[in-house]
Amino acid sequence: MTSDKPTMIEFQDVQKYYGDYHALRGISATIQAGEFFSLLGPSGCGKTTLLRTIAGFEGISSGVVLIDGKDVAAVPPNQRPTNMVFQSYAIFPHLTVAQNVGFGLRKDPRSAADKARAVDEALAMVGLSGYGGRAANALSGGQRQRVALARALILKPKVLLLDEPLSALDKKLRENMQVELIRLQRQVGITFILVTHDQEEALVMSDRIAVMFEGQIAQLDSPERLYRLPKTRAVANFIGTMNFLSANILSEAAGLVEVDVQGFGRLQLDAQKQVTGSPSANGATIGFRPETATLLFDGQQPSDRETMATVEEVVYYGDMTYYDVLLDGTSAPVRLSMRNVFGRPVLDIGTRTRVGWSPGALVLFR
Amino acid sequence: MSEPLNRPRFWGSQAASGLALISPTAVFAILLLAAPLAATLVYSVMTDGYLTVIPRFQLCNYIGECHSQLADGTMAPEGYLGAWSDPIVRTLMARSLIVSMLVTAATVLLAYPVAYFVSFNVEASRKPLWLFMITIPFWTSYVIRVFMWNVMISRTGVINSALEGLHIISDPLQMSFTIQAMVITLAHAYAPFAILPIYVALEKIDRSLLEAGQDLGETRFATFLRVTLPLSMTGVIAAVLIVFIPTIGDYVTPNLIGGGKIPMIANMIEKQMLKADNRTLGSAIAVTAMLVVGLVSVVFLLLNRRYLKGQK
Amino acid sequence: MKIPVLRIYTLGYLLFLYCPIVILPIFAFNDSTALAFPLQGFTTQWFHNVWNDAVLAKALKNSLLVAGATAVLSTIFGTLAARANTRYQFKAAAPLMGLIMLPMVLPEIIMAMALLVVLLSVGIPLSLFTIILGHVLVCTPFAVAILTSAFQSLDKSLEEAAYDLGEGPFSTFRLIILPLVMPGIISAMLICFTISLDEFIVANFLGSGEPLLSTFIYGQLRSPKNVPNIMALGTILVGVSVILLALAEFFRRRGLARTGVKDSGGFL
Repeated sequence: MTSDKPTMIEFQDVQKYYGDYHALRGISATIQAGEFFSLLGPSGCGKTTLLRTIAGFEGISSGVVLIDGKDVAAVPPNQRPTNMVFQSYAIFPHLTVAQNVGFGLRKDPRSAADKARAVDEALAMVGLSGYGGRAANALSGGQRQRVALARALILKPKVLLLDEPLSALDKKLRENMQVELIRLQRQVGITFILVTHDQEEALVMSDRIAVMFEGQIAQLDSPERLYRLPKTRAVANFIGTMNFLSANILSEAAGLVEVDVQGFGRLQLDAQKQVTGSPSANGATIGFRPETATLLFDGQQPSDRETMATVEEVVYYGDMTYYDVLLDGTSAPVRLSMRNVFGRPVLDIGTRTRVGWSPGALVLFR
Repeated sequence: MSEPLNRPRFWGSQAASGLALISPTAVFAILLLAAPLAATLVYSVMTDGYLTVIPRFQLCNYIGECHSQLADGTMAPEGYLGAWSDPIVRTLMARSLIVSMLVTAATVLLAYPVAYFVSFNVEASRKPLWLFMITIPFWTSYVIRVFMWNVMISRTGVINSALEGLHIISDPLQMSFTIQAMVITLAHAYAPFAILPIYVALEKIDRSLLEAGQDLGETRFATFLRVTLPLSMTGVIAAVLIVFIPTIGDYVTPNLIGGGKIPMIANMIEKQMLKADNRTLGSAIAVTAMLVVGLVSVVFLLLNRRYLKGQK
Repeated sequence: MKIPVLRIYTLGYLLFLYCPIVILPIFAFNDSTALAFPLQGFTTQWFHNVWNDAVLAKALKNSLLVAGATAVLSTIFGTLAARANTRYQFKAAAPLMGLIMLPMVLPEIIMAMALLVVLLSVGIPLSLFTIILGHVLVCTPFAVAILTSAFQSLDKSLEEAAYDLGEGPFSTFRLIILPLVMPGIISAMLICFTISLDEFIVANFLGSGEPLLSTFIYGQLRSPKNVPNIMALGTILVGVSVILLALAEFFRRRGLARTGVKDSGGFL
């Protein structure tokens, strides 16, 4: 999909130890030029460490990091073509907004007037025109964030590194900034690498996402593929919710896999599009997202198949209702999400109901 | 700028950079503090040669009777008693210990309510002002402050002349040259040292814990005993040590307030080191004083650890 | 109606703290060599005496020299140690910092005597310089304490941001770290200056007889006829101390305001 673009960053078997602690366990990946790339994972998974190896703040124990084709092992942060937006923004408190934004231009040979113009342009780009003379201390969280962005982008780096830049903002502001960051990235066209623990943020903003657990990349894919065909149950659980049913693989032939699924019975799945993970000794599992199955209300016809179930728990969210239902022939409930369209009732706990589903929406983990 | 370009790790080795940075200060402290203290320890087990120290090992500066070596190499017929055997040193040591314990107890007990008041009853915006008010007297000349107590309490001093003028007393009260006077003077001198650590510890207490205490049915006083006091104990310990340790070696107060009539261990160390020029005995007394200070501090810390464990 | 017992107690305690200092100016202007009531009338004689005392002038000059040198050296030593301790992790940090901070909890007489004996046996003659050495030893822990909190309130990512924006270690120190800890440095220097000016034991034992303010005062207090002069001198010193402290507090707070940290109040 994006593989025709040139490579901007390449990790070759990167290992990092802090004493006995193995923080990065053999990271190999490439990030393309002009890509919005996210490192997603729970805290302590090594995503920030990996970002800091690009910036040059962390050395690596072994392996190679290439930026734009060049091994950067001996290049200190002040000479790397990368700039960073820090989690705390790291706005210099004793300088004005303009002095902050223009900080990196100190050794720039341009005239003072040209530099001032560059600062103004950078401030305009992040929507802070006219704020140049203000004390950096007097800014709100969102404004600091913008100053940090302007300060990094004014140096026209090849790569912009963003370390959880939105985590300190409240929900509304965060959503606005997400849109703004996407707009900025399209405008400047450089590689953005975002570290986040917020799966929704990563899905919304990224061209590709690397999901990391315990110092390793568990899966590197587009947001859609990550959501639709997660490689492991851990990835599936970290990105959204997924229901699991145990299954037995009966046969594999001609691109089709025949399975017997608890509660759903015998099915044939597409080996290319619906099977994921590498074969393992532990039994296979079928997974499906809450929105891919549906409760069938009176008289409604299933699009494909249907199974009887009992409602065990109802969680009402306004626009949505989440139902935990126990499918007949299974032992643990699965979660379904239903949009509360006009006229649709909310079922009570204990109600017997029909569940409509489609084999095409299932994923087989083996 | 000329920063090294070929450093494999930009942050370099933590240990090397840290050591390089701390080394000027550390070398200074080693040469002018660690070495002299070590020398004191070594001197204390050597032989006195009046104006010199003769490197011959012995323990008589601590226990038993010692003889100084004369210039012609023979031993002086008149001996002197070691630090632990000499009743005078023992008396002074005991007096210093008692005075500094009294001072510590008085200072910390008097200071606690003040720290409590500033931490709990003063508005946040006015706290710095209160702390500033408390610290000001501390920063004015120590010698003058000590002397002013003498002015206050001497036979013809402020308090006596005022009381006589008001015809409350006819004969002046005898207050100066007493241990009580020294205790008051020192308690005054070390007040901020006690207030500040207790205040800091009280400030760190999560106020919701106190509400929880009262919410669980404790009275205010019981909450204080069971929650506030144990949580502020770290500050009290710091206050006790920071008052106790310097006061045991106080030199000015015995001279100015005690009028030289109630010498303490510091005066004895001075006397042996300088006037009597017996550096080995002086060193032994100094080492003994440090041992006593260290021992009392350790015992105090252990008792507190037990107290705090018992609380949980 | 609740009686504010604690407030009354605290005010009483403040009275106790201030009373020796409050009576200082009273007798500084009292026309009598006896420090007793009733007062004998107003005079500025004692201030004149102080002003015209050649030995005092010499002592003041010596004290300012010693205090100035002590303030500069202690603050340099303190800055290095505080920076090393807050910025780098290394095994030797704990014992070395323990040694550097030791004078805070060591009876001063023991330190002074130990240093004196070693200086004498090494053959270094006593002078103002030896007093400075002793004072730096005493003051460095205070400088370290003040500067440690200054360096601790410095967000490490500020430094990283400067590197990231193209600066090297030295220019980062000059452009970012130094301006941000400057209030701490000034406040450390003022505190060390004040401590040195006030210090008696080291000045008494490590000096060669050259007068310093504190030893001069101590000597004068021994002869009653000179005592009123010291009342006047003390009054002046209290005034100067309060001004210096107010300045130190001002810089400390400005430093906190700069780094955006909430004020936790007070010295030490």
